[in-house]
Amino acid sequence: MNQDYGDNILTLEDVHTYYENIHALKGITCTVPKGSIVCLIGANGAGKTTTLLTISGVERARRGRILFEGQNIETLPPEKIAALGIAQSPEGRQIFSRMSVMENLEMGAYLRKDKEGIQQDMEWVFSLFPVLKDRYRQKGGTLSGGEQQMLAIGRALMQQPKLLLLDEPSLGLAPKIIERIFETIQEINKNGMTIFLVEQNAHMALTTSDIGYVMETGRIVLEDDASALLENKEVQKAYLGE
Amino acid sequence: MLGQEIKKLVIYTIFLAIIILPMLGFTGGAEFQAERAFLVFGIGVALLVLNLIVKVIRSHRPPPDHDKPSLPERIGDRLHRIPKIFTLGPLLLAAGTFPLVANNYMIDVGITCLIYVCLGLGLNIVVGLCGLLDLGYIAFYAVGAYSYSLLNLTYGFSFWAALPIGVVLGMICGCIIGYPTLKMRGDYLAIVTLGFGEIIRLVLNNWDDLTAGPNGLFGMKRPPLYYPTIEDGGLDMVTYYLTSLPGLFYFILVIAILIIIGVNRLDKSRIGRAWIAIREDEVAAELSGVPTTWLKLLAYAMGAGFASVAGAFFAAKLSYVNPNFFLFMESCIVLSIVVLGGIGSIPGIIIAGFILIAVPEVFRELEAFRMLAFGAIMTTMMIIRPEGLIPASRKKREFHRQRDEAERGPQ
Amino acid sequence: MDFSAFILQQMVNALFLGSIYALIALGYTMVYGIIELINFAHGELFTAGAFIGVIVLSGLQQIGWVETHFVLTLFIVFGLAMAYVAVLGVALEHVAYRPLRNASRLSALLSALGMSIFLSNGMMLSQGVSDRAYPQVFGLESIDFFGAMISHSQVFIILLAFVLMVGLQFFVHRTRLGKAMRATAQNRTIARMLGINIDQTIRITFMIGPALGAAAGVMVGLYYGAVRFDMGFIFMIKAFAAAILGGIGSIPGAVLGGLIIGGIEVAWAAFLPSAWKDVTTFTVLILVLYLKPSGLLGESEADLRV
Repeated sequence: MNQDYGDNILTLEDVHTYYENIHALKGITCTVPKGSIVCLIGANGAGKTTTLLTISGVERARRGRILFEGQNIETLPPEKIAALGIAQSPEGRQIFSRMSVMENLEMGAYLRKDKEGIQQDMEWVFSLFPVLKDRYRQKGGTLSGGEQQMLAIGRALMQQPKLLLLDEPSLGLAPKIIERIFETIQEINKNGMTIFLVEQNAHMALTTSDIGYVMETGRIVLEDDASALLENKEVQKAYLGE
Repeated sequence: MLGQEIKKLVIYTIFLAIIILPMLGFTGGAEFQAERAFLVFGIGVALLVLNLIVKVIRSHRPPPDHDKPSLPERIGDRLHRIPKIFTLGPLLLAAGTFPLVANNYMIDVGITCLIYVCLGLGLNIVVGLCGLLDLGYIAFYAVGAYSYSLLNLTYGFSFWAALPIGVVLGMICGCIIGYPTLKMRGDYLAIVTLGFGEIIRLVLNNWDDLTAGPNGLFGMKRPPLYYPTIEDGGLDMVTYYLTSLPGLFYFILVIAILIIIGVNRLDKSRIGRAWIAIREDEVAAELSGVPTTWLKLLAYAMGAGFASVAGAFFAAKLSYVNPNFFLFMESCIVLSIVVLGGIGSIPGIIIAGFILIAVPEVFRELEAFRMLAFGAIMTTMMIIRPEGLIPASRKKREFHRQRDEAERGPQ
Repeated sequence: MDFSAFILQQMVNALFLGSIYALIALGYTMVYGIIELINFAHGELFTAGAFIGVIVLSGLQQIGWVETHFVLTLFIVFGLAMAYVAVLGVALEHVAYRPLRNASRLSALLSALGMSIFLSNGMMLSQGVSDRAYPQVFGLESIDFFGAMISHSQVFIILLAFVLMVGLQFFVHRTRLGKAMRATAQNRTIARMLGINIDQTIRITFMIGPALGAAAGVMVGLYYGAVRFDMGFIFMIKAFAAAILGGIGSIPGAVLGGLIIGGIEVAWAAFLPSAWKDVTTFTVLILVLYLKPSGLLGESEADLRV
């Protein structure tokens, strides 16, 4: 790593996660520097989503340590982790389909008490995704795929997190919308939020990120600056289709 | 850790006081009956303290080794491993000599136990093997009982002639109930079977012309036996009605043994394995070519058939039936037997049948607390030993897998 | 009474009975919505509410409050009954349901059934096998409503049920906790990721649902004049039918289902042999489950799984 980002906001040390007897994460070690965009790329089933779920506390790490701002969080339940300032936009646009767009965003701000700040962030989310503003009374389930993805990201932003975890924001979306979403991710980052991104769309992810990790079957096999990974022959062959 | 537990204890005690004191204190007039209320409250608090002590002691011991089976499991395994001749032989001998040494009352209790064992074994096919929760099971028992009663009273059919008709009727009812529930989810199924069970009871209760309504039917003949004699120079068949309790006991014993053999065979057959496949994962079973529709119907039909046999015997033994013998509570009792014994475990069900039916009979003063205890046992079993007293060897692993998962989840 | 008045009378009766079923059905629907479990013990919670109601009411009657502070008396009776059952509901959830939250459906159902048997027999042992009479506080006067006679107690019960349902709707849609409850019901994992304490929301569900059932229990006691340990069973099946008919998990559905079941029952009893009215309700329940398990206002299965 040739760039200095100061402190690491998140550190994973030798994290192992199991689904029943399936060893899903076989010792993940990685760091996310404060203020950066870090991406984790890899094929389907490599364990990318599991990594994010383990950070969020939805899945338990059976071994290893997870440090967030120097504090151990691997034993905390998800709601406590959320309260510390980690938000996740989950895979597959899991929004509350029977709640309105507005209510979905309000749920994002569940833990916040600052009414004005919530209002401001709501405006900010609407400015990032104007389409949500037009539909704010509509039920989440009636939105299109891209709109649901935006809502999921918007909901996570409403948590005012220090670290934003994004799980496959491009999944199943049209190229134009993907571009729009990645532009927004960079915009969010410029506002000072650290972003940890999981993607199958390696090209998009690496162009947007500062640092990249490559994952294969539960292990991290490569780590480098994102720009360096973009030039890496193996990565090009395996993930960039060149 | 201890501080937290004590805090919990205080909260639980407050809850217990709020729940118990009004409900047990004010039972008649406005006067507060302190003695009884505080007695029960005291028992509750004692249990809570005991629980705390156990927890503290446990926390000081190393965590249990997960690979090592617990004591009841080891006992279960041992029981499964002892050659059949050493367990079944003495058991059969004991059952066979029981009427010779016991008084009439004990024999009567024995007969009741055996009836419930038959019912438990039948329900076990539906709940234990096939994984379908049936809360109206007692209805098939009613069908068997009323079929025999009506056929005997109206048309003079003997027990043996009426039995197959009753069984077929029971099986048909089983299919009628089973058919609409085939694609239903487990919890809906429970409610539908409960509804069917009640419908059958209400029909028996309301259809005065046929069933004599709540008065019930009486005067049915006991089960007959036939034996040949050579009298007056020719071969003749003599009909002997089983009126004595020992006779009836041997009769139901034979029925029970036949059912045990039948269920055992089913359990180990292709059909049994297919049922278990359905229980474990219906979609996967269907995809691998198991005809789930037919097999589920068959499970209902078989279970209903066994219950009909028990019902016909019950009606013949008592010479009297009325709709109140077939309340929802009876379904619950049979279900408790299956649950306590270990879902899917034949020896477990036999033992549980005897424990749950005989113990309250013997300790008469505890009779009132019987259902209270059944309810508590059912919930407690589900929480601490969902696999039952003597788990079926196959069932064990499945339950524990789920528990491990639960433990891993955040508390 | 002419025919139109007779019909009107039956409609009022249906509205009355339907409101009670609806209140009980709400408890099923809320609990099912959030933990996907049929709370078999709900009928017993309803009965417990009726018992606490009669205990409190008898006490207040003895000190003469029924005459002097009539409204306050009703307020206290309903308040205490609902509070008691809310506590009981929370305890029930903690003891019998929480440990099985990740277990198989069969285990959870059997645990619920066990609690139902336990509570029902507990009440039998403590409160006796026979009917316990409710003090008649409403008197026998009726209002002449276009020829139909509506008793004061019916008016009061219908109004109170309406207020409770509106209150619930407000809670669920307008308050932070209510929204958290709906969020938990829709997606528990995501709710946790947003910082919602799902133990707390489930606990609140187990306070509100049973409390509504308790209110229905007191209403039944006030109207029919008696309470018995096993009266929860029949109300449970009917309210369950209402919840299913409306679409389990849906709050407006439970209300609609309650009114329909009440209507069917009253209509049957008015024109056909009333001994068979329960058979009709059960048949409706089975038909709905068979023909349209998602109910009238329910989400389709696919939606529920989101």
